[in-house]
Amino acid sequence: MGIESALGEGYLTSRVDALVNWARANAAWPMPMGLACCAIEMMAFAGPKYDAARFGSEVMRFSPRQSDVMIVAGWCTYKMSHAVRRIWDQMPDPKWCIAMGACASTGGMHRSYGVVQGVDNFLPVDAYISGCPPRPDAVLHALMKIQDKIKTEHSVLLDA
Amino acid sequence: MSSSPAGSLSNTIEEVTKHHTSAVIEAYTSSGDTFLRIEKESLLAVCSWLKEEHDFVYLADIVGADRFTSDERFEVIYNLLSLKNQCRLFVKVRCDEDAPSLESVTGIWPGANWKEREVYDMFGIRFENHPDLRRMYLPEDFQYYPLRKEFPLLGVPGSIPLPNTTPDAD
Ligand code: SF4
Repeated sequence: MGIESALGEGYLTSRVDALVNWARANAAWPMPMGLACCAIEMMAFAGPKYDAARFGSEVMRFSPRQSDVMIVAGWCTYKMSHAVRRIWDQMPDPKWCIAMGACASTGGMHRSYGVVQGVDNFLPVDAYISGCPPRPDAVLHALMKIQDKIKTEHSVLLDA
Repeated sequence: MSSSPAGSLSNTIEEVTKHHTSAVIEAYTSSGDTFLRIEKESLLAVCSWLKEEHDFVYLADIVGADRFTSDERFEVIYNLLSLKNQCRLFVKVRCDEDAPSLESVTGIWPGANWKEREVYDMFGIRFENHPDLRRMYLPEDFQYYPLRKEFPLLGVPGSIPLPNTTPDAD
C-alpha cells in the first residue's frame, strides 16, 4: 500500500498553509544555545538513544542562519544575554524558541544579580521545559509542542 | 630546623616575627591552617621576604572579605603555597571602608594580576601599581561591587542593561 491508495483519482487537494506547515514542522532544525549543565541533556536529546532526528530535527545547526528553533539550555547571564539575542536576531523567520530547564525559564536556583531571571526577559519563548535538568524526552515533548504550534500557523495565507 | 611541613611553617612564623616585628599583628592556627595578619603598609616587604627566604613561590589565590565592621571593614587574604616545604600560609591584611586600597603584589607574583582584578571587581578594593586594574567579570560600566554586604542579592534593577528586543532598531 503506497500513496496511490490515498490519491484515488491521481491528485489530492490541500491548503498551501497546511502543506507548508507540514514541511516546516518536520524540519525544525535546532540552534543549540548550550549555556550550562542542561546542554548535556540537550546533546542526549540529539544523540542516538533519544534521537531528535525522528521528529525531523535532523541536525543541530551551529549557524543561526540555518536553524529554526533555538534551544536555550542553561542559565543566561546579563553579559551573555546580548550574545544570545544577537544570535536570535540573525536567525531567519519563522523561528521558535525553547527555554530548557528551570534556569532558562525562570533563573532557577541562580537567584543572583548576574543571571537573567528567565530568558523570556529578552526572547519570545514558545515552550518552557521544567526540570533541573529536564530529561531528553521532555525536550522532545517541547519539540512536539512546537510542531503542534507550527501546524496551526497561517503565515502564507496572511502574506498573500 | 625540622624538615616536616608543620616544622618549617612554625619556623617561618618565628622568623617573620623576628625580622618584621612591627609588621606582624597576629599569627595563629585555626582548623589546621596557619594565618598571619600583618600591617597593610608592610604587605610588599613581608610578601617578597616570604617568597625569597621561605620559598612561597606560588600564590594560589587572593580572597576578599567584607567583615562589615565600622573600622577596617575589608580584609584581603593571600593564599601562599611553598612547593619546596609542602606547606600553606594565609596572609591577611585589612583596609578601611573609605577608598580601600592596597599595594599590588603583581611585582612579586605575576599571577596575582587576575586575582586582584577579581577582588577589585567584587569588593572595590583598589590595588596600587597594578598593571591593568579593570573589572574581571562584570561590565566595565557597572557601578556597584556585588560581594559587599549591602548589595542586594538580586542586584540593582536596571543596573545591567538587557539587550534591545526590537529587531532592526538602533
Ligand atoms: S536547570 Fe539545572 S541542569 Fe539546567 S542549567 Fe539550570 S542548574 Fe543546570
